[in-house]
Amino acid sequence: MPPSPPPIQATKQMKKLMADHFLGLDRASREGQPKVAWCTSVGPAELLHAMGFDVYYPENHGALLGATRLATEMIPMANAAGYSPDICSYLTADIGAFLKGVTPLTQAYGIESVPKADVLVFNTNQCRDVEDWFAFYARHWNIPLLGVRTHRGVGEVKPHYIADVVSQFKDMIPTLERVGVVKFDIDRLRETVRLSKECTTRWRQVLEFAAQRPTPMSFFDHTIHMAPAVVLRGKQEAVDYYDLLLAELRERVAGGVAAVPGERHRLYWEGMPVWGRLRMLSESLGGLGAAVVASTYCNSWIFDAFDPAQPFESMARAYLELFIVRDDDYKERYISDWAKRFGIEGIIFHDAKTCPNNSNNRYAMPQRLAKKLGIATLTINGDLNDLRCFSDEQAKTNIEAFVEQLEEKAA
Amino acid sequence: MTVAGGIDIGASATKVALLNERGDLLGSAVLRSGVDFALSASRGLDQALKEAGLEPHQVRVIFTCGYGRNNVPFAHQTRTEIAAHATGAYRHFPRALTVIDIGGQDNKIIKVDADGRRTSFKMNRKCAAGTGAFLEEMALRLDLDLRHFDSLARRAEDEAILGSYCTVFTASEVLSKIREGVAVEALIKGLFRSVVKRVLEMDLMEGQVVMTGGVVAHNPYLLEMMQESLGQPVLVPPRPQLTGAEGAAWLALKSLAQDNRQAGA
Repeated sequence: MPPSPPPIQATKQMKKLMADHFLGLDRASREGQPKVAWCTSVGPAELLHAMGFDVYYPENHGALLGATRLATEMIPMANAAGYSPDICSYLTADIGAFLKGVTPLTQAYGIESVPKADVLVFNTNQCRDVEDWFAFYARHWNIPLLGVRTHRGVGEVKPHYIADVVSQFKDMIPTLERVGVVKFDIDRLRETVRLSKECTTRWRQVLEFAAQRPTPMSFFDHTIHMAPAVVLRGKQEAVDYYDLLLAELRERVAGGVAAVPGERHRLYWEGMPVWGRLRMLSESLGGLGAAVVASTYCNSWIFDAFDPAQPFESMARAYLELFIVRDDDYKERYISDWAKRFGIEGIIFHDAKTCPNNSNNRYAMPQRLAKKLGIATLTINGDLNDLRCFSDEQAKTNIEAFVEQLEEKAA
Repeated sequence: MTVAGGIDIGASATKVALLNERGDLLGSAVLRSGVDFALSASRGLDQALKEAGLEPHQVRVIFTCGYGRNNVPFAHQTRTEIAAHATGAYRHFPRALTVIDIGGQDNKIIKVDADGRRTSFKMNRKCAAGTGAFLEEMALRLDLDLRHFDSLARRAEDEAILGSYCTVFTASEVLSKIREGVAVEALIKGLFRSVVKRVLEMDLMEGQVVMTGGVVAHNPYLLEMMQESLGQPVLVPPRPQLTGAEGAAWLALKSLAQDNRQAGA
């Protein structure tokens, strides 16, 4: 096996930022100030920051449960409490862990429990499960549950969709003012949207570095380094972090550093990561000279539409333009565009058992894209968090056979 | 004479094939994989060598495939069973193919173009439905010898309608049918149909269809049922259970020839 590439130095700073983020939330939760809002990962975080909340993202906690492989132990508890094994395994892992009084934050940061929310804010642009997930905590703590119910299967983002979502954002403000004790200020919102825009612009640049041959970062690195874009967007720290990472990426490219030494094949990952098997998948693919250089998942935190001049409208547009909200025609165009720009030879579709909205293989898209782009596609059965749905041996054989197929084609 | 070996260490059985440079089968073996894959591979190789009248040093190169492919210390290289079955089938039928391999633990549908290059493949999901393990499980539950399944199915005057989604669901359906007094022959034919349905749910069949693997080797009536369902003839290599091992050996020969060309260049 070729030698591993040098580790990304910026990771140290990212770990510090994440520690500060969680310790700050823990402090706020214990002291009662600032108020804590839970927000879905592509929910209206900018509005919450602008109104003085510390923002916590349960999906991030779900991913941590997955990455630490605690999830598979926690999910059965939620199943026993009535949450089906077929629904979102972020939800079942998170609620199962809560019921058991367990969190990976304890081992990572010495934090006893997840921060108690003062208000819960969801956006169904991803799925309906987030609403049911937050509803559990709303009942448990008897706190307000607010949300945006987004249109789905969106082709063109039409003005009346934006108007609807804007009005739903504005409807939240009175409750947020009551809970957070901070009056809404449009200029603070403009500033937060500006910071989110600065963050997301840089995150796009990070991802676009993977168009280089060899790529200096792979999808598996992206799943780690996306954390600030997810949980710190709207804050200066995220902007500064990506400046640091971009500088390092420029150096890596100049030095010819490859995320996958001896890169021979370039792949696209479609769908959720398998959080508990990132290392295994990364090593299996990397060992065969296959670099996963692009993914829809990590691109989901690119929000080109943010515009401080029109904070509400641009937020609505950004959260409606999201890949997961769109119709299949849009999704195929999107993947095709990235596949062409990044020199993709094959697409791996992850059919995540508990995440139908993020499993785009289920309506024959792999077959259509294989025909349209003339590239190979592979579907791996698995799950984001529930490793009961994932077979290591089958996944490895599938990957190996897929790379063999690419080698045959190239021969 | 150049001899290459292919060893296919599957979940149920280990298959060994020794080929000469023309691709003639010199010796072969089929034995249970058991819990020690390296030992099974070694014993299988010994049997195949004995059958071929060869000494171990006469085998120039060995490729392995299957679940245990990485557990054989004397193997020179590994290939997936998908590559091996595609190669093994194309060697006998050199044209655009859809290869159906029904193995002990999993099913594979492999598409091969007219030049023998794979264009796609699919493996079964994380479930034994439609595999050899499914039939083994049913034999245990019915307290029947799996070796009698083929003749029982062939004698059936009727056919029990059974699902193909889940082994446990199908087992429950079988119990219901027993309670209803359905004849055992009809049950076995229904189980064969369940396997056929599961395979046909996995992918579209294009071009000439070839079946390989142990299940079709031991159950020719299942092949007939597949042909009937598809409405077209289905080809089977002469020794369907050895297809993967032969394919691995053939890939080993090709690799050897390529090395020789490079060395001579």
